[in-house]
Amino acid sequence: MPMRAKVASSVSRTAAALSRAAGRGDGSVIGGWIGLKIDPDLLAHLSAGRAIALVSGTNGKTTTTRLTTAAVGVLGRVASNAFGANMPTGHTSALAKAGSTPYAVLEVDEHYLAQVLEATEPHVVALLNLSRDQLDRAKEVAMMAQLWRAALVRHPRVRVVANADDPMVVWAATPPGDPAQGHVPPHVTWFSAGQRWHDDSWVCPECGSTIQRSGGQWWCTGCPLRRPEPQWTVEDDGVLDPTGAWHKIQLQLPGTVNLGNAATALAVAAEFGVRPVDAVSRLGTVTSVAGRYAQVDRDGRNIRLLLAKNPASWLEAFDMADVAPTLLSINARDPDGLDTSWLFDVDFSPLAGRQVLITGDRAYDLAVRLDVNGVPFRHVRTFDEAVRAVPPGRLEVIANYTAFQDIRAELDRVN
Amino acid sequence: MSTESLRIVWVYPDLLSTYGDRGNALILARRAQLRGMPVEVLEVRSDQRLPATADIYLIGGGEDGPQALGAQRLLADGGLHRAVAQGSVVFGVCAGYQLLGTSFFAKGTRCAGLELLDLSSDRGPTRAVGELAGEVDPRLGIPHLTGFENHGGRTHLGPGVSPLARVTAGVGNDGATEGAWRGKLLGTYSHGPALARNPDLADLLLRWATGIHQLPPLDDTWADRLRSERRNAVAAAARA
Repeated sequence: MPMRAKVASSVSRTAAALSRAAGRGDGSVIGGWIGLKIDPDLLAHLSAGRAIALVSGTNGKTTTTRLTTAAVGVLGRVASNAFGANMPTGHTSALAKAGSTPYAVLEVDEHYLAQVLEATEPHVVALLNLSRDQLDRAKEVAMMAQLWRAALVRHPRVRVVANADDPMVVWAATPPGDPAQGHVPPHVTWFSAGQRWHDDSWVCPECGSTIQRSGGQWWCTGCPLRRPEPQWTVEDDGVLDPTGAWHKIQLQLPGTVNLGNAATALAVAAEFGVRPVDAVSRLGTVTSVAGRYAQVDRDGRNIRLLLAKNPASWLEAFDMADVAPTLLSINARDPDGLDTSWLFDVDFSPLAGRQVLITGDRAYDLAVRLDVNGVPFRHVRTFDEAVRAVPPGRLEVIANYTAFQDIRAELDRVN
Repeated sequence: MSTESLRIVWVYPDLLSTYGDRGNALILARRAQLRGMPVEVLEVRSDQRLPATADIYLIGGGEDGPQALGAQRLLADGGLHRAVAQGSVVFGVCAGYQLLGTSFFAKGTRCAGLELLDLSSDRGPTRAVGELAGEVDPRLGIPHLTGFENHGGRTHLGPGVSPLARVTAGVGNDGATEGAWRGKLLGTYSHGPALARNPDLADLLLRWATGIHQLPPLDDTWADRLRSERRNAVAAAARA
């Protein structure tokens, strides 16, 4: 590592430690920020000599990164930005803090995938899904798919592990090779994890025709784009690998969406030579991920935290949640996106019949939405009021990003 | 009403549905049902014929490509023009508002609109993103408009339409006026589920569609709280 990078890396670690000591945060961003100021190529320098996997997509990044880290851990030490700091500053901090490791698994914000591909020269990149998320500032879905596709054209050697069930991801993962430039299409391993949310992929990104779906298959009615045959699939409570062997998956994380994340983790780990049979037991060691799925007992209530940031992830959260009293909390601060319109993309009727409480900065938006859905609810001003309002037993908490962090803080920043 | 039930058509949800646009159909249906009106909501995709006999047509927001495609298909289909000629209600939001005019910009080129409203749209210097508020044309008899806008367009109104509102926060058409209406056609930059924050606007569309001038009042406690919270937030942002 060049001297400037060494200094930057050391300062970055010190700043992160200071930030933690001062109680200002977990240090996962500030250290990287300072390091990159000293050496703009620090992320590239810190990446050199490591076999790296990137994990990107709208939903499931943090959890899949954690599961993949566990699976690749079969081979040796793995650096990872485990706490969801998923921009280059977070990657820089994580790698600097981990010191020398043979492997790294990095969660990447979907807007930064091209930049991080450039800096880290990864061995494999996992593309999970693309759906609408914070449209007041995020790129629209088709535009994001186009950015991914363009980035992959520039990195024809990276191995891609991608979701066969998401038309936008399939299109992004299969850019045409340019023989004139010696480019070949990327090598793609497909996984199928199911997809509950379809509303961002009715129109073919290639030709603009309608995409049809039937029995888990999908195809464009106007061009050859269609669902590729996946090599990794979720079947019952396990994962079918490319050899046809089935592995039972015992997770401590709820929901079929996490079985899909487990399949993805095994597929990514396999690109490093990890046999699924060696990795499955490690997946079961992952309990909660930066507070997501964490369970806390308070006053006889077992409180479980579910993070849901956009329509697709709300649908998955309703699937994961037990039929039990449920607290919904919505904010619309900068990290959440300022626009609450997406509430009407979510069908809240699965909550009918449950005791529903609402809170958060934008509880009234939620109130109007639930009213239209015909779901009765009660508005509470504080988290404590919510806990007191439900009987002893399970309380499911579903919240968007900053609302989730607020509640996590109430519960002593549970991980 | 055209038949015994109120027929609401959500136009091309495969192309024009970006920001919870479904909400407008859900809200109109709910408010009609609570008054005992039978309601039918039809989602008509862009590869289907648009029925010309519905009572209310909802056209939502969309990206440039889908907006241009949606306008082309509506022009080719002709169903919406026949419906308007028969007195149907049209509510256009954002991209769906722009395409009701004579022309709009998408993907850097001028596209032909449906020419149902006397207005045209082009690109503004900046993208308008944030809270939108305005005092509604008093002839419509409804309280202030509140919404969220996210668009790069600027819309110029001709003499054949009236502005929906005078802007008090945000940009709307051009920073001065917001939206437009003529007869039973109404468009707004208040995007997505615009009717969630404006129940009186929803009822205006229902009155136009049914010809019933006095609709039984509904309990709008939560919508009223949402409206005053948003109004306070806009006022606080203006002071800051």
